[in-house]
Amino acid sequence: MTSPGTGFFGRLNWDALPVTGLIQNPNANEIVANAAAAIVLVGVVVVVGLLSWFRLWTPLWRDWLTSVDHKKIGIMYVVFAIVMLARGVLEGVVMRAQQAAGPGDGFLEAEHFAELFSTHGTIMIFFVAVPFVFGIANYVVPLMIGARDVAFPRLNQISLGLTVSSGMMLMVSLVVGRFSTGGWTAYPPYTGAAFNPGVGPDYWIWAIVVSGVGTTLTGINFAVTIYKMRAPGMTFMRLPMYCWTIICSSILIVFAMPPLGVAALLLAADRYLDFHFFTNDLGGNMMNYANLFWLFGHPEVYLLVLPAYGIYSEVFATFSAKRLYGYNSLVIATMSIAVLSFTVWLHHFFTMGQSALINAVFGIATMLIAIPTGVKVYDWMATLWRGRIRFSVPMLYGLAFLMLFVIGGLSGVILANPTVDYQVHNTLFLVAHFHNVLLPGVLFGLLAAYNYWFPKAFGFRLNEFWGRVTVALWTVGFLLTFMPLYFVGLMGMPRRSFSYDDPSFHPFMIVAIVGALVITCALFSVLIQLWVSIRDREKTRVPVGDPWDGRTLEWSIPSPPPPYNFAIIPTVTDRDDFAAAKDKGAAYPTPDAYEDIELPRNTGIGFVLCVLSGVWMFALVWWIWWLAALMTVLMILVVIVWTFDDSTELTIPAEEVRKDHEAWLARVHGEKAVDRDFETSPENRGLARPDLEVIT
Amino acid sequence: MKRAPTHSYPGINLGERHASAHKATEVVTFGFWVFLMSDLVYFGLMFATYITMIDAQAGGPGPHELFDLKSVFAQTLILLTSSLTVGLAMLALKYNLPRGRIVLWFGVTLLLGISFLVLEVRDFMAMAEKGGIPQRSGFLSAFFGLVPLHGVHVAAGCLWLIVLGIQLHVKGMTDVVISRVVRLALFWHFLDLIWIGIITIVYFGGLTYG
Ligand code: HEM
Ligand SMILES: [Cu+2]
Repeated sequence: MTSPGTGFFGRLNWDALPVTGLIQNPNANEIVANAAAAIVLVGVVVVVGLLSWFRLWTPLWRDWLTSVDHKKIGIMYVVFAIVMLARGVLEGVVMRAQQAAGPGDGFLEAEHFAELFSTHGTIMIFFVAVPFVFGIANYVVPLMIGARDVAFPRLNQISLGLTVSSGMMLMVSLVVGRFSTGGWTAYPPYTGAAFNPGVGPDYWIWAIVVSGVGTTLTGINFAVTIYKMRAPGMTFMRLPMYCWTIICSSILIVFAMPPLGVAALLLAADRYLDFHFFTNDLGGNMMNYANLFWLFGHPEVYLLVLPAYGIYSEVFATFSAKRLYGYNSLVIATMSIAVLSFTVWLHHFFTMGQSALINAVFGIATMLIAIPTGVKVYDWMATLWRGRIRFSVPMLYGLAFLMLFVIGGLSGVILANPTVDYQVHNTLFLVAHFHNVLLPGVLFGLLAAYNYWFPKAFGFRLNEFWGRVTVALWTVGFLLTFMPLYFVGLMGMPRRSFSYDDPSFHPFMIVAIVGALVITCALFSVLIQLWVSIRDREKTRVPVGDPWDGRTLEWSIPSPPPPYNFAIIPTVTDRDDFAAAKDKGAAYPTPDAYEDIELPRNTGIGFVLCVLSGVWMFALVWWIWWLAALMTVLMILVVIVWTFDDSTELTIPAEEVRKDHEAWLARVHGEKAVDRDFETSPENRGLARPDLEVIT
Repeated sequence: MKRAPTHSYPGINLGERHASAHKATEVVTFGFWVFLMSDLVYFGLMFATYITMIDAQAGGPGPHELFDLKSVFAQTLILLTSSLTVGLAMLALKYNLPRGRIVLWFGVTLLLGISFLVLEVRDFMAMAEKGGIPQRSGFLSAFFGLVPLHGVHVAAGCLWLIVLGIQLHVKGMTDVVISRVVRLALFWHFLDLIWIGIITIVYFGGLTYG
């Protein structure tokens, strides 16, 4: 064997494969590891096989991988997020099973358990929540503001490419080598070279750095899109609430991703170049890492939850057939939360030895966030108040959110008190708290968005029955899995522990695993709902485009929308412009004239960068220096060459736009408007008969 | 999608002579500003890290042994001059002077940029000779995390100058190229600003407090 890092393949050798471990030492732990690797490989084979069997390679390349259409990019983000969600949830279940096995050592080794919570956390935050949030935003935002695309469509494709390639690194780490055991926060010095000479932390570092670049570009893109691309007349105070939350979240990205990049790259400098930023010796200081990381980490949770707030705002308004109550206060609350989120990061290390005064200041700052959040909750309740409420699937998610999120938020206020935090710090109480905000807050919001905008994207509604089943399963599963953790947390059970010996924890762990299994059912239920809906799609088509009696611009165009979104860019005169137009009987106007439309042409740059950055990360992880250097040069060259390409626009002739649009208008006028009570019946073809506006 | 507002953006207002380029530049320039803000946070954090680590010298060499203010002064002059030459290129663009003029000022800027980098690398080597390598202490890690980061930006700017020079030559003054010139200029001035931060905080601050 060559000495590490000197050979042609760097430090890569046969020991990196999980099979080697299985052969040398067959036990339950190795079997689980190999099964995971096998699932990845089988997954790849199945996907490749299906694509070849149905001859889908060409359409995949032509219509999707090279597309710069924000709608398709959004859909690809969401698909990616759901695949990663499946992996993340299953890892959660394995961890719960380990602890449910009772006092003693369970069936996993400590290392393996540590890998599980590290990948689980990393995946859920960076490769489920973030891509899901921005997948939905990609689809919806340009439609809501009356734009033809985002500000930088090609950059958008590159962002997707970078996110996917770094997500793939987590998949690769199942098969080749091991992922980090340092948790999603990867605190040094534990993740430094002295304690962790292996590849694990390096996988984490590069996946974080590259996906961070992708996310930053997305943030810039959406901030500029909402700022600059709004349709004429859409002033900021007419901006749909969802767009407000996305612009705030984009600003959070622009300012919060750099700290993460700095933290990860400095850690890389320590590991690769023997620097001393965070080491124990020679002046290194790990507290700098804690500050940098949480300077990102805390805004991150708001970056995720604000868009969910936006989604709920739209959902509550639509399904109560009312204007959103307290729009101005919601805007102010959103912005206050965005700002405050940068002032509280230190609550993540109250116990790490700063003065009581500093802890008190940050504790109070943290509690302040409860004020704007409370404002929001009351505004939502007032929106429901005396509305004509329909209990559709997105609304059910919304109601579950309202009730459960308040519990999660309150437990956060409890944690914000440093003296309490000293007691429950690093126990399962914390785990219960953050899952309590992440599941009913972020994940339910995203699933609501998925149900709400699905008919817009694909032209047919999702199955209502299975939708309801899914909501019920997620809610019950969530309650069973995470509520017991508050109790064991108070009893002192530490987080991240693969074994325990206090038998009084055991019953709670049993409840939690039952809950985790219910959540697994919820995950399957999502897939069943999709499958059933695709099967029955002929009965649920909504070509006219407004199945829910929507209020904002995206509902005023066909489902699915044409590549150019709007045949004529609308002129906005009101908040909830489309609802106002319907009220006045002025919806679906016939334009006087049509114009040629310019759209960005397809390009492969995002895909190429996805592949190159993937190989680059792999080379860096395994110290294959020549390959890393080669990829660096190639990436730079590819981008330079690409900037020489001028043929970037594609023109859709006015005539074609006219034909499509007139055909659709004819359909609108031919269709029978459907009352809200028959919203879920096959009669609903997407032409809503509006409810009378209830007194607000 | 393209509205018809005033088309003013922070950068250079190209005005009447470049009507279509003017319009095409608005959104991208604004986007580039947002990018620069993000980059600024990056530098800000590296500055903060440096400040917290000024005393973390672990018995190794500190600012007084390592910094060579004469060289830093020369680098400052060179970089400030290069901001002037980029400015002259921008004026050539704004007043529609022949394209050769822009290329000329780009060339001068490139030379200044390269001389800056040469001096900087020479400084680093001199530091290394006195034992001032990043592996020696937290302080030196922080120094070498920050100052070369700026250097890498300058190098990227140089590469950009070359590529854009070629594009000016091959494509001429298309809207896209014009808009890239505007952004390059912004980037270059930004590097100057960061450098002012570096001399104040890293060098003067280091010598005062380190
Ligand atoms: C859906 C079912 C889920 C289950 C069964 C589950 C389960 C778990 C478990 C058992 C842990 C380890 C706790 C410990 O170390 O003691 C954990 C940690 C974590 N989970 Fe989940 N989880 C789920 C969903 C999510 C979601 C949706 C997110 C985020 C969007 C999330 C984010 C995290 C994070 C950030 C950690 C911390 C990882 C670390 O300690 O480094 N989880 N989860
Ligand atoms: Cu926090």
